[in-house]
Amino acid sequence: MEKRQDGIDRRKFIKDLALAGTVIFIMGPEVKGAEIGEGEKSETHLYGMGIQVDKCIGCGRCVYACKEENNVPREPFFFRTWVERYIITVDQEVLVDSPEGGINGFPEAAKEYSILRSFFLPKLCNHCGNAPCVQVCPVGATFTSDEGIVLIDDEYCIGCRYCIQACPYGARFLHPEKKIAEKCTFCYHRLGRGLAPACVEICPTGARIFGELRLRSSPLTRFMRFNEIQVLKPDLNTQPKVFYAHLDGEVR
Amino acid sequence: MENPLFRLIRFGWGLISLPDQVKRLIFIFVLLLIGWFAIRSRLVPETFGEKGHYRRAALEANAALPVAYVGQSDCVLCHEDVGDLKRKSYHRSVTCEVCHGPGAAHLEDPETNLLFQPKERGLCTLCHGYNSSKPTGFPQIDPMLHNPNDPCMMCHNPHDPKPPHTPAECGACHGEIARTKSVSHHASLACTLCHETQEIHKENPRLAIPGKPQSRAFCGTCHGETADSPKHIPRVELDSHGNGDLCWQCHYPHYPEVF
Ligand code: HEC
Ligand code: HEC
Ligand code: HEC
Ligand code: HEC
Ligand code: HEC
Ligand code: HEC
Ligand code: HEC
Ligand code: HEC
Repeated sequence: MEKRQDGIDRRKFIKDLALAGTVIFIMGPEVKGAEIGEGEKSETHLYGMGIQVDKCIGCGRCVYACKEENNVPREPFFFRTWVERYIITVDQEVLVDSPEGGINGFPEAAKEYSILRSFFLPKLCNHCGNAPCVQVCPVGATFTSDEGIVLIDDEYCIGCRYCIQACPYGARFLHPEKKIAEKCTFCYHRLGRGLAPACVEICPTGARIFGELRLRSSPLTRFMRFNEIQVLKPDLNTQPKVFYAHLDGEVR
Repeated sequence: MENPLFRLIRFGWGLISLPDQVKRLIFIFVLLLIGWFAIRSRLVPETFGEKGHYRRAALEANAALPVAYVGQSDCVLCHEDVGDLKRKSYHRSVTCEVCHGPGAAHLEDPETNLLFQPKERGLCTLCHGYNSSKPTGFPQIDPMLHNPNDPCMMCHNPHDPKPPHTPAECGACHGEIARTKSVSHHASLACTLCHETQEIHKENPRLAIPGKPQSRAFCGTCHGETADSPKHIPRVELDSHGNGDLCWQCHYPHYPEVF
């Protein structure tokens, strides 16, 4: 052992050392973005979807097209988009059904109900600006892209199902083979190629409108200017990007 | 003879003029630190955090997925005749791939990847089968009554589905109203009695929207105390009945009820 030649108090040194170690340890996981200086932010899109409820005829072609386009499992309980039927009876009873997600259309409503009013309602992931599913993901496998689209990282998802629990709209499911969470991506792969999402492309009555939220001239913003717009479950402050026109008060 | 490596370490160890226990602590600490970075670099995948709290590569993976529905504008490049026909028809808003299915494979090799031609009635009735939840005005037929044994294509060209002749009944398109009315006290009244309708409305509905009754006096022509109408029709005092509000604020005209 050498002779000690203290220029520094041992106690203080150890304290500083521990402190420095802790600081490095804490800062370690935080990787600061490499985006600084990339400067492409100003040109990114912000996408949303409008749904004109009183144009939907419940043919379910969107549900079918979505499954074809996105290779969604064909079993009748996995959907990225689906259509619900609301029946409000004269006794103010509200009945909601969605046989197989509406993929084969809807049978005529049972005769015993005396219908006050009735309509179809397409549903899908709302691509929330304030997405609960993104917040709960423990590994960062679901995230919001610059375009405002909530996406899933197939390779990185660990299938823990937190996000499925967290989604207030029931828009997510666990893929039965891949064992990863899945949901609507606004057909992210089509957008880059200048195509609209498959459900929008296929809708025969134009009940679905897709477009830019930031441009004043886009079909979507025009739709939102000319119609009274509502979102689903606004009280949750999820800031959905799927906007409904002529939504009935009974819709939950 | 001692291992030269150990001797080197021992020599280096001696050079640092710190108390031995501190040097051990530092040594352990450095080991932990190296361990941390080693584990981290294994666990955190490449491109993670480049744009946010996710893998940038996931964006590219999502964007690279194949497309199945190519869109109508591609189909009409080769099928110009069908496109021209359909563009002017009732089905102008119904894209090719609704009926023929996704066309990406057909586009690559039209001759071998033939598209499906839906000839059975099921596809058409998915959209046109009567259902009381469908919006008013959408053309609907009752598949059980509308020429039940023949394929739709016998009378309607799917690319230009003009009805062979103009529908005689308003109920062809306003099915729900017609049905409601048919079981109501107003069953005997013709639609056109209350709705002045130009013939062209039945061919091209949006060209001429039919009129609707505007005033209480209209219903009064049958239900007023002094009206010149059949005796069995119930009468009300036109001036006072219902506070002077429009009659259809209380009575649905297609199914008038007395509460
Ligand atoms: C590159 C040119 C091309 C494009 C683009 C194209 N087709 Fe075709 N299509 C053909 C040819 C050629 C045939 C005739 C094949 C034959 O009969 O051997 C054909 C045949 C068809 C048939 C009849 C199949 C049958 O069983 O006879 C349908 C239906 C059809 N196409 C639909 C479509 C639709 C829908 C699209 C758009 C998604 C499309 N086509 C795009 C070239 C094209
Ligand atoms: C409403 C459903 C529907 C739509 C929309 C539709 N088709 Fe068809 N198409 C059919 C049916 C049904 C047949 C078979 C007709 C028959 O057998 O008489 C057919 C036949 C065809 C054929 C082969 C026979 C022929 O008439 O040449 C081609 C090619 C074709 N369609 C192309 C197209 C293209 C291109 C579009 C889009 C511009 C389109 N179709 C839109 C239902 C549809
Ligand atoms: C995906 C939905 C869809 C399918 C499938 C479909 N149609 Fe249509 N059809 C429409 C729409 C939308 C209109 C336009 C309605 C309007 O103008 O309001 C229409 C209009 C019509 C009309 C004109 C109705 C009128 O207003 O006079 C006829 C007839 C018709 N379709 C027949 C058919 C036949 C036959 C088939 C099967 C080959 C078929 N349709 C398949 C959606 C569809
Ligand atoms: C035997 C010929 C024939 C067949 C088969 C036929 N239709 Fe029609 N369709 C007509 C005629 C004629 C009308 C005109 C209205 C009327 O008189 O009922 C009509 C009217 C319609 C209408 C109502 C909209 C309108 O403008 O009147 C629709 C929708 C329609 N047909 C769809 C279909 C579908 C779907 C099928 C197959 C399930 C089908 N048709 C089979 C002859 C036919
Ligand atoms: C070919 C299908 C078709 C037939 C047949 C038809 N209509 Fe219509 N009608 C429509 C459509 C579609 C609309 C909705 C127009 C719109 O809102 O743009 C409409 C709208 C109306 C409206 C106005 C609704 C409103 O909100 O102002 C009345 C009233 C009406 N129709 C009455 C009739 C009567 C009466 C007949 C029979 C003489 C008839 N229609 C036959 C398709 C039809
Ligand atoms: C006793 C007169 C009367 C008769 C008969 C009648 N209507 Fe009406 N209809 C009205 C009145 C009044 C309104 C306006 C209701 C309102 O503005 O709330 C109306 C509204 C409508 C509308 C638009 C509102 C809606 O409910 O969608 C349509 C479409 C319509 N009628 C179609 C028809 C058809 C089709 C028939 C025949 C089957 C018919 N009507 C028979 C009086 C009548
Ligand atoms: C062309 C004549 C005529 C016109 C116009 C007419 N109705 Fe009627 N109304 C009748 C007849 C016929 C009955 C059935 C009487 C019976 O049950 O014997 C009736 C019955 C009724 C009843 C009573 C139903 C019951 O339960 O007894 C009400 C309410 C009514 N109409 C409301 C209206 C309203 C509102 C209008 C205006 C939109 C109107 N009617 C326009 C002929 C007419
Ligand atoms: C404020 C709501 C209200 C309005 C507006 C209204 N009614 Fe009534 N109507 C009623 C009620 C409630 C009854 C049943 C009790 C009664 O006889 O007063 C009734 C009953 C009737 C009856 C049946 C009477 C009988 O003896 O069976 C007829 C016919 C009728 N109304 C026609 C009309 C006509 C025509 C108008 C428009 C001029 C009209 N109503 C406007 C509420 C209304």
